[in-house]
Amino acid sequence: MTGGYGRGADILHGCTIAVERGQIAVIVGPNGAGKSTAMKAVFGMLNVRDGAVRLGGKDITGLSPQDRVAEGMGFVPQTQNIFTSLTVEENLEMGAFLRRDDISETLEQVYDLFPILRDKRRQAAGELSGGQRQQVAVGRALMTQPQVLMLDEPTAGVSPIVMDELFDRIIEVARTGISILMVEQNARQALEIADKGYVLVQGRNAHTGTGQELLADPQVRRSFLGG
Amino acid sequence: MIDFLNALVVLANFVLVPAIAYGSQLALGALGVTLIYGILRFSNFAHGDTMAMGTMGVIFATWWLQSLGVSFGPLPTALLALPFGIAFAIALTLGTDRLVYRFYRAQRAKPVILVIVSMGVMFIYNGLTRFIIGPGDQRFSDGERFIISAREFKQMTGLREGLAIKTTQGITLVTAIIVVIVLFWFLNRTRTGKSMRAYSDNEDLALLSGISPERVVMVTWLIVAALATIAGTLYGLDKSFKPFTYFQLLLPIFAAAIVGGLGNPLGAIAGGYLIAFSEVGITYAWKKVLRYLLPENLEPSTLMQLLGVEYKFAVSFALLVVVLLFRPTGIFKGKSV
Amino acid sequence: MTDRVRTVFLFGLVAVLIIGTGISQSWNSALGILNMGLISAIMALGVNLQWGFAGLFNVGIMGMVALGGLAVVLVSMPPVPDAWAAGGLGAVAGLCIGAATITLAIFAWSRAPKRWRGWTVAAILIIGFVFYRMIFAPSTAAIEAVNPAGTGYLGGINPGGAGNFKSWGWITILAWPLGGVLAAGAAWAIGKTALGLRSDYLAIATLGIAEIVIAVLKNEDWLTRGVKNVVGLPRPVPYEIDLQADASFVDRAAGLGLDPATASTLTVKIGYSLLFTAVLLILLVLAQLALKSPWGRMMRAIRDNEVSARAMGKDVTARHLQIFILGSAICGVAGAMLTTLEAQLTPASYQPLRFTFLIWVMVIVGGSGNNLGAVLGGFIIWFLWVQVEPAGVWLMYIITAGMPEGAPLREHLLASTQHMRLLTMGTILLLVLRFAPRGLLPER
Repeated sequence: MTGGYGRGADILHGCTIAVERGQIAVIVGPNGAGKSTAMKAVFGMLNVRDGAVRLGGKDITGLSPQDRVAEGMGFVPQTQNIFTSLTVEENLEMGAFLRRDDISETLEQVYDLFPILRDKRRQAAGELSGGQRQQVAVGRALMTQPQVLMLDEPTAGVSPIVMDELFDRIIEVARTGISILMVEQNARQALEIADKGYVLVQGRNAHTGTGQELLADPQVRRSFLGG
Repeated sequence: MIDFLNALVVLANFVLVPAIAYGSQLALGALGVTLIYGILRFSNFAHGDTMAMGTMGVIFATWWLQSLGVSFGPLPTALLALPFGIAFAIALTLGTDRLVYRFYRAQRAKPVILVIVSMGVMFIYNGLTRFIIGPGDQRFSDGERFIISAREFKQMTGLREGLAIKTTQGITLVTAIIVVIVLFWFLNRTRTGKSMRAYSDNEDLALLSGISPERVVMVTWLIVAALATIAGTLYGLDKSFKPFTYFQLLLPIFAAAIVGGLGNPLGAIAGGYLIAFSEVGITYAWKKVLRYLLPENLEPSTLMQLLGVEYKFAVSFALLVVVLLFRPTGIFKGKSV
Repeated sequence: MTDRVRTVFLFGLVAVLIIGTGISQSWNSALGILNMGLISAIMALGVNLQWGFAGLFNVGIMGMVALGGLAVVLVSMPPVPDAWAAGGLGAVAGLCIGAATITLAIFAWSRAPKRWRGWTVAAILIIGFVFYRMIFAPSTAAIEAVNPAGTGYLGGINPGGAGNFKSWGWITILAWPLGGVLAAGAAWAIGKTALGLRSDYLAIATLGIAEIVIAVLKNEDWLTRGVKNVVGLPRPVPYEIDLQADASFVDRAAGLGLDPATASTLTVKIGYSLLFTAVLLILLVLAQLALKSPWGRMMRAIRDNEVSARAMGKDVTARHLQIFILGSAICGVAGAMLTTLEAQLTPASYQPLRFTFLIWVMVIVGGSGNNLGAVLGGFIIWFLWVQVEPAGVWLMYIITAGMPEGAPLREHLLASTQHMRLLTMGTILLLVLRFAPRGLLPER
């Protein structure tokens, strides 16, 4: 993929990202490397000038973000990713807005995955703690039963304990057969749970490998993981 | 004890009953303003004139029904004419949105530009109303005038003071309650209503969830047109219909919406009643009430009126200023400062 | 078309329109349009200062204009000695108590300990209000009782006295700056509370203060005679009667082929035109200098990006307050000029559509952010406002030509032509916003 915002300069230069069914792929890299941009490119929020986005073999490069949701992509933005004045349950219902079938089963699945949400289903989402909000956000995205779930820095601004818990949940989501693509600042922890890792530098793939490989790679360790 | 009851009756007759009716009308108006603000994100200066247009539709339908000999028994015929007026207002607002507002929405214009655009719409509505029905007063209330008149009340209770409740005041309150219940049921229980709240809360995320903005906006205009017509008709039945008065209602209505918290429907209702009670209470001459409550030698020599009725706008304004100074998001938390 | 050519062309068009009115209708109405156009241009200049320079949304222009009108009464009318004797002192003392109460309350709010300040302020306000009413109400009642049909108010400060005040007509000009000061005072009070909040809040607050100013003018008879109006305000220009009595003037008029009556009206109107043009030019030059000065650049920088301007250490709220007061003061000056031109203060004639929203149409159509644009908009929109009605009558006669004489629809349409104005103004505003959002003379 090559692309940038609007008609501005390209931020991504021929970078490739892929994730297999049921796996977790993590994009890491220094600030300004184009991590979030790569994510947005996959989701159709910026112009991809060259290259393609494929979902399960189908070319979706020309689709709008909304249409991609309908095609089976779920996206959790980094900030403002919940409806603060709606209750938890309403947030989840809105996640399933495009679906016309019975959503109660999916709702149960999400509640099983995030039990705390079941307890707080009648509460306004804006009243929850940071970690709980992220669970609402992920739950909302899961309501469309996506094939791929994309998370933009899901652990930004939450405490280390909550972060570990969130990662556990994400692994559980992946076990249900949903592919996960996520951008992370906390590179070390994220790579530990990753089946596949991408290190981006200035919009290019710098290193690619399994999470363990990257963690073991001395060059990656030195430049991005602090030794 | 009798004195106390008399005082209470005077209070109810001159303050409570009128203020409840007026507050209901303001609340319905403010709900419209607040919904537009929450969904379309601008202060709609044309709202007073939307109310006037809708009411005009009701008046014409009333006259038509009356000419056919249709009546609603003791209730005003205007209630039967409401659906026609609402349909007219819906056609009007949707047409305006299609011709005017949609263009700016597509451009993602700044809210203040939309406010100025709504000023243009206000001019046109105002001109149209005056052009079609004229700038003068129109009375279109018929049916029974009182639910209970002062004389009947006195006979019934034997008290010296009478309590009169006009039919229109009763209708206003009942209608307002029904409308508010339906509206909140819609917003909180239906898929479309929830999607409207979601859109108002977080536009980008609503888009991501597949909520169609055009549909939300359309439903909003439908609701706003209905609310404006109902509010306008109730006000017109209770007082009288005059285009300029409706334009002037803009100030108390906006004050109600802001005091309650712009974008918050519950706030709009609370704000409406707060403004109405302050307005009526502060411009009322309390002498008559106090005469019953105080011992004879303390009886007030003046009217005990805090402000002349002419200054009722000052009350909305003062409340508005107090809220702006101490709680800019309103009593119930509205959207942003 | 370059900016300069465009400007010259459009102002030329205005001149053609006005001169055309003079030729096809009458010079009297042409000068009437010119004079009101000049006043409108000044109001538009004031609003442009607020909106075009600083992005402040003021819909209380009517209030400022009305305060200007009040200033004319206060300056140019003679004092009423009996009224002053009856209750002048009490009224002034009452107002002072009112002002002192509010000042004290504000002071107490900022100084008193937090736990008590709510009660303290409430107590101050209540006690102050009771005293105010005790002193103020009887005094004003006494003032209003003095010859209510003729005066019934305190009057102004014209030193000529009741007999000779008309010969002190020039003093009216002093009312113009005073109108500016009154409007500036009101603007300061609103700005202090509503600036720095959302733009909509300022809009509603200004809408409210305008209604309150009008309510005061309508109901405080001791100050303005209320709806009894103050008529016969002295003029800074000669009276027609005096001119017609002047033999040399009649001779000169005859030399131009004019009868004395027409010549005198025209002379009076031209006199106003010259005065108003002088004011407009002074304000326009000042506004242009301001726009080009570092101050003006800073204002526009704040307007375009408030956050970064704030980050660069600019006190955005204080600057906004400054320009809000300046713009309102200009509207006050224009309001005083308007009342001078009409030679009477009729509080009931102040309508928000005419005195607030029409000015907005002028600014938007002319080109917000461009002083010349605002002036142009003032002239063009005023011209249309005046001429749309006859045009509407003409149009309606054509539309209804096929209808039988006396048909209800025909009568209705012909009677309603005056409301064509509002429709036209709304349409113009929407069309300009849609297709030329930067106005006829865009900001450079």
